[in-house]
Amino acid sequence: MAEMQVNLVAVEREVWSGPARMVVARTVDGDIGVMPGHAPVLAQLREGFAARIIEPDGNVLGVAVHGGFLSVTKDAVTLLAEEAQLSDEIDVTHARAAYEAARARGGETAETERELRRAQAQLLATGESI
Amino acid sequence: MAAQVRVLRQRVKSVRSTQKTTKAMEMIATSRIAKAQAKVQAAAPYSEMITEVLEALANVSTLDHPLLVERSSAKRAGILLITSDRGLCGGYNANGIKAAEELAALLRSQGKEPVLYIVGRKGVGYYTFRQRAIAESWTGFSEQPSYADAEAAASALLPAFIAGSDGQDEDGNQGIDEIHIVSTHFVSMITQTPRARRLAPMEIEYVDASAPSDGASKLLPAYEFEPSADLLLDEMLPKYVTSRIYAAMLDAAASESAARRAACKSATDNANDIIRSLSREVNQARQAQITQELSEIVGGADALAAATNEED
Repeated sequence: MAEMQVNLVAVEREVWSGPARMVVARTVDGDIGVMPGHAPVLAQLREGFAARIIEPDGNVLGVAVHGGFLSVTKDAVTLLAEEAQLSDEIDVTHARAAYEAARARGGETAETERELRRAQAQLLATGESI
Repeated sequence: MAAQVRVLRQRVKSVRSTQKTTKAMEMIATSRIAKAQAKVQAAAPYSEMITEVLEALANVSTLDHPLLVERSSAKRAGILLITSDRGLCGGYNANGIKAAEELAALLRSQGKEPVLYIVGRKGVGYYTFRQRAIAESWTGFSEQPSYADAEAAASALLPAFIAGSDGQDEDGNQGIDEIHIVSTHFVSMITQTPRARRLAPMEIEYVDASAPSDGASKLLPAYEFEPSADLLLDEMLPKYVTSRIYAAMLDAAASESAARRAACKSATDNANDIIRSLSREVNQARQAQITQELSEIVGGADALAAATNEED
């Protein structure tokens, strides 16, 4: 099966890179699935949602992305994020607590809205339902 | 005499304890340089990527974003000065502040009023002591800056810049027309040079100046944009500015540790010299004391002998 190079780059470090079969992410215009040979796209990712990287062996990596962009070029797919976490780096109970706490306070200010989105992305990345 | 020896010994002891402090700080700084450089390295892929993507965007969009357009009548210019929180780092802060002052003088001569934004306690101390106005300051992270710290600075500078000198930002403060950043660049373990750059209105910087030779003719990918290129540019430019501030903070952190290492190393070496010369003095004084005691005993014995002779 065809593979493509995927880089997950956060500001403070390169989080993950390797070959993958497919990348699924939610942009501001809707879900996008990228497979090898996709036309070049530059898209802004929607806050509060997770991206999924499907590795060649079928393993699915969930990624919580904050402030992210997706860049698809001939050579590679790059997820650019201000902050990115792989699903196995995420503390689910902690994220769940943060999500509930942020929800309880309601999305009044930009700050709580941000926290809510962050926790939501983390939960979605780990495959939790919200 | 005995008093002199005691005083000298006390001084040796005090110098030794100072030396222990500087030695420890030297070693901590040395390990922090490596860490700071690793962080600079880790942050490189992002800034390379965002630069590449912005180049592609810049080619297709209209480029009339406020962050890119030169303002003809710029009146107020923001200066973001990055200094350290703690001292014992030689001329690091003095040089940085000097560069900022030179930039401020240059801006004034161009008829722009400098507005100071300061990172690091030492810079804040310098300006508050001279009772000069500081627009905003951030402290407590100079050695280990995180992206959130850069974001905090950007979230003050960018709205002020967007508002411009004619407008006001959300807090009702007068805005600025330019953003300059003064930070120290890590050249090597021994050389760190302060440098001033303009962040906004900006030209996209090429992160990797020594790109492979085929890079010059590299074709930019013919992107499709989601949403439109202009909207994406709106979103990405502030992130780009933030990532530049973050890069400057990391560079400054590495420089700070390197400067501290050098300063503490020479302090430790100097302490060694002082200890050596003081120990010589101690030895001399001790020797002199022994000689004096001996001659006193001999003199005393002679005097006693003379006295008994007279009695006979």
